[in-house]
Amino acid sequence: MPFSFDDLNSLYLDILREIGTIGAGNAATSLSKMLNRRIDMNVPEVKIAEFKDLEDIMEGAETHVAGIYLEFKGDISGTVLLVLDVISAKRITALLLGNDYGSIFNQDFSEIEVSALEELGNILTAAYLGAISSFTGLTTKPSVPCFACDMLGAILSVPMIQFGQTSDKAMFIETDLINGTDRFRSHFIVIPDMESFNVILKALGVG
Amino acid sequence: MDRVVKVGMGDLKVIAEDGVLVSLGLGSCVGIALYDKATKTAGLAHIMLPSSKLIKNNRNKAKFVDTAVECLLELMIKMNAKKERIIAKIAGGAQMFSLKGSASEVLNIGERNVQATIEVLRQHDIPIVAQDTGGNYGRTIEFHAADGKLVVRTIGHGVKIL
Repeated sequence: MPFSFDDLNSLYLDILREIGTIGAGNAATSLSKMLNRRIDMNVPEVKIAEFKDLEDIMEGAETHVAGIYLEFKGDISGTVLLVLDVISAKRITALLLGNDYGSIFNQDFSEIEVSALEELGNILTAAYLGAISSFTGLTTKPSVPCFACDMLGAILSVPMIQFGQTSDKAMFIETDLINGTDRFRSHFIVIPDMESFNVILKALGVG
Repeated sequence: MDRVVKVGMGDLKVIAEDGVLVSLGLGSCVGIALYDKATKTAGLAHIMLPSSKLIKNNRNKAKFVDTAVECLLELMIKMNAKKERIIAKIAGGAQMFSLKGSASEVLNIGERNVQATIEVLRQHDIPIVAQDTGGNYGRTIEFHAADGKLVVRTIGHGVKIL
């Protein structure tokens, strides 16, 4: 049977949440190491929503956001999208590049800022795929990341269209990156392709 | 201020005489705007995928080019529009991300949506009088029932009136 979020029961959800939590832990550790300072990530919230409600959950289809997109291939295949509002993205790049983020003058991203955000996409994706791998023994390899900055609705259309092939709902993970008293909200959308979802659930013994 | 009717992803709406149909942040999706000038009947579909025939879960007609166009025509004709008079304007179908050195089936869906739209409208003998598609940026569209004007807004790529 093709996988659909419409049939998702609470056990699957718990497993996805658990994988998300471990992934967030992994990501916080790698970020902390890279920056040589403590970065925390709160327990991620795994949310499932109807397409038409998703834009509102993330604050409006015309909101200016940064998106980092990757694909992964291996025992399981699929796509990953990291979405940050422009201000959070600017502040995270300042943090990653060791700049002062007291003043952000513009909403454009320089080449080096784009690289920094792509690297963030790499780290979060590796952390998340690592979590899936440690749970299931399945291995998979991510592509190079790519960056776009545009309207939220337009950026989201990419994963939504993929979800749209099987369902009218989408799953996403909401996590805050925490640096001292600063919080940066990120939305992380992982979409294993249809066959891969069944492979994951089978490997977990619930398929 | 005109009545504003929002058309979300995988949705379609028809209005007549006055009001504005709005789709916010079209990316790889395509906005298909159909208009009958004589009755001022305006229909807008915000489609996500090229064909309902390739997909098992196809209950939502507004999600696919083929079924969305059929559904729009049906609703418009019920509101006294004549099929022979209906014209089309289309926008969207961008490729938001490009992976270096690999052609991704996932990422070129916008182009496939546009091709399917052109093909389905041709099958129905509906002329496309204006088109703003492709590129790598999002679009917000406003479709005005009073005069059939389609306004396309972007971030950093200007405003167009079709």
